Amino acid sequence: MQPSPRWLLALPLLLAFALGGCADDSGSGGGVQSVKLSTIRGRGKLVCGVDGKLPGFSFLGPDGTYSGLDADTCRAVAAAVLGDPAKVEFRDLNSSERFAALASGEVDMLARNTTMTLSRDSAGGNGISFGPTTFYDGQGVMVPVASGATTLQDLDGKPICVESGTTTELNLADRMREQGISYTPLKFQTGDQTYAAYLGGRCVAVTSDRSQLAAKRSSFPNPDQHTLLPVVMSKEPLTPASVNGDPAWADAMRWTVFALFQAEELGITKANVAAKVAEAKANTNQADLRRFLGVEGDFGKQLGLPADFVPKTIAAVGNYGEIFERNVGTGSPLKLERAENRLWTEGGLIYSPPFR
Amino acid sequence: MSGTFERIPWWRDRRVVPWIVQAVVGLVLLLVISLLVGNLVRNLTGAGLLLSWRWLGQPASFDVAESLIPFDASMPYWRALLVGLVNSLRVIVVGLVGATLLGTAVGMASFSSNGLLRRLARVYVEVIRNIPLLLQLLFWYFVVFLALPNGTAAFQLPGVVVSKSGLYLAWFAQGFSWQGPELVNGVWQAPLRLSVEFTALLTGLITYSGAFIAEVVRGGIASVPQGQWEAATSLGLHWSASMRSVVLPQALRVIVPGLNSQYISLAKNSALAVAVGYVDLYSVSETTLNQTGRALEVFLLLLGSYLIIDLLISAVMNGVNQLVQIRER
Repeated sequence: MQPSPRWLLALPLLLAFALGGCADDSGSGGGVQSVKLSTIRGRGKLVCGVDGKLPGFSFLGPDGTYSGLDADTCRAVAAAVLGDPAKVEFRDLNSSERFAALASGEVDMLARNTTMTLSRDSAGGNGISFGPTTFYDGQGVMVPVASGATTLQDLDGKPICVESGTTTELNLADRMREQGISYTPLKFQTGDQTYAAYLGGRCVAVTSDRSQLAAKRSSFPNPDQHTLLPVVMSKEPLTPASVNGDPAWADAMRWTVFALFQAEELGITKANVAAKVAEAKANTNQADLRRFLGVEGDFGKQLGLPADFVPKTIAAVGNYGEIFERNVGTGSPLKLERAENRLWTEGGLIYSPPFR
Repeated sequence: MSGTFERIPWWRDRRVVPWIVQAVVGLVLLLVISLLVGNLVRNLTGAGLLLSWRWLGQPASFDVAESLIPFDASMPYWRALLVGLVNSLRVIVVGLVGATLLGTAVGMASFSSNGLLRRLARVYVEVIRNIPLLLQLLFWYFVVFLALPNGTAAFQLPGVVVSKSGLYLAWFAQGFSWQGPELVNGVWQAPLRLSVEFTALLTGLITYSGAFIAEVVRGGIASVPQGQWEAATSLGLHWSASMRSVVLPQALRVIVPGLNSQYISLAKNSALAVAVGYVDLYSVSETTLNQTGRALEVFLLLLGSYLIIDLLISAVMNGVNQLVQIRER
């Protein structure tokens, strides 16, 4: 019997550092130098780390395709870098594996409902490089309606299920300690096990990001028998990430995501992007639009991407609003409100710096 | 001049050449290792991941579900890891004893004169050892133990209560008075409480390793010549007496080396605890890694701990092996 295969993740990590040469010698001459970008182009596909079991974010459907907000983020980056949203290889990772998989180069980027935090970002911590936040979330607690619990105090002395290797595990400990509530944390390695234990009645509550709780509840046998407590225990900005040490690749990913935000702000959709490009080409006075769509200027080249990476991306996955609605919005099974995830022009937090 | 012995040149000298070869091999090995370690240190420094152990003294700020030593969230990481280690050792030690008892019983049962018992032993071994342990653990936890009722509906035997929240046993309470489990405000209380996670893990480990140990024991008993059985029977010994005093002591010589590797697998398999939510060393390490981001240090500690545990088991078993071997007189 083998021990848990996750042990093996430490090995490539060690080996990569022991055997790896100096990476910065091998960049291509001239233009933007990025090992990752040339690796992805050479390979002909983007390897993207996702959860794979979270409806609305990244979920492997019965037809063998991934759907969700995170999955579409991967597709957007593939469309920007390789010109084809289908050139993505999704890799399912659990919470504990994700950073080791990214650090060892097993995946090019993470779009795995990962909360951006200081220690994950800093070089002295996990040392990964975050892009723009694609979903502003908060930690919630789900309980069976029959339990009658309405506040955290009602959970005093009870077992609570949580997925190990997550920020929610740590927030739970902090919040309960602050409020002096004793509890028994039951930690599981995968979401499936965590929710199975909760449904099995081993714990009186399960805690995670509110969007995740809503997503998992939608796949329960009786969703109506479970409810989210009103409490929001933390800020959970879910953010795609790449590895530290390749700024050009991080920039390419960052501005591809910003392009999704900017496209929504400019009213460019999957349906009208071709018409907008034609309009920009015809009208030399619309400098902003021309630059954004790559008709004029060299934004693509500056990022090491094709000049028309924005129209390619939008044509592939649509703008941020379309991605949100399709996967988690009111029209989807999750039925989440835009709330904080509206554009800044509508009072939300979704904001792209200028394409200039 | 021509009659004197010619000195053998050093490159053909049987006393010198092996030393030179060893020195060269040693030098090359040292060079490769220093190259790898140097590269490791250089790249780790570049990535800002150079080994550091200062975080071990910082407060862990997370709770654990169960602990044999006092622990709260304000204690440092090393203490949390120690809690995990103690929990791991607890399940390993109890698992070793349980699996040995079960395995020996089943191994002996496969030589029983009772046909039903013999067949049951075969069925147990073949079913258990051909299903992955992880699946068995998930089965025990999610299908068996989490399906148990709670509160007043829990299974009650004299001195034992089995419920969804755990196993409650009668034990000596304060003042050496024997005290059984009792229901207080809908929650069972008992002097000795085993969490359902621990119980599920232990059950899984014992039944799994027990099947392999049964095979080792069966092989050992089969290696004792038939004549020994016949000799014991002709002395008028009953089946169980001949097994206990004649066959088993001789079988031990074959059994003990085989047991060693089964014990080591059990210790390693205990790291699957995280699948059923038991806080073992691996589970605590994972939380620690999540908080500190010190992947290499945490994994080095983990690898080192399991290596030491397994080497200790091996050392003890080698000692036992010496004891049961035939001593030359």
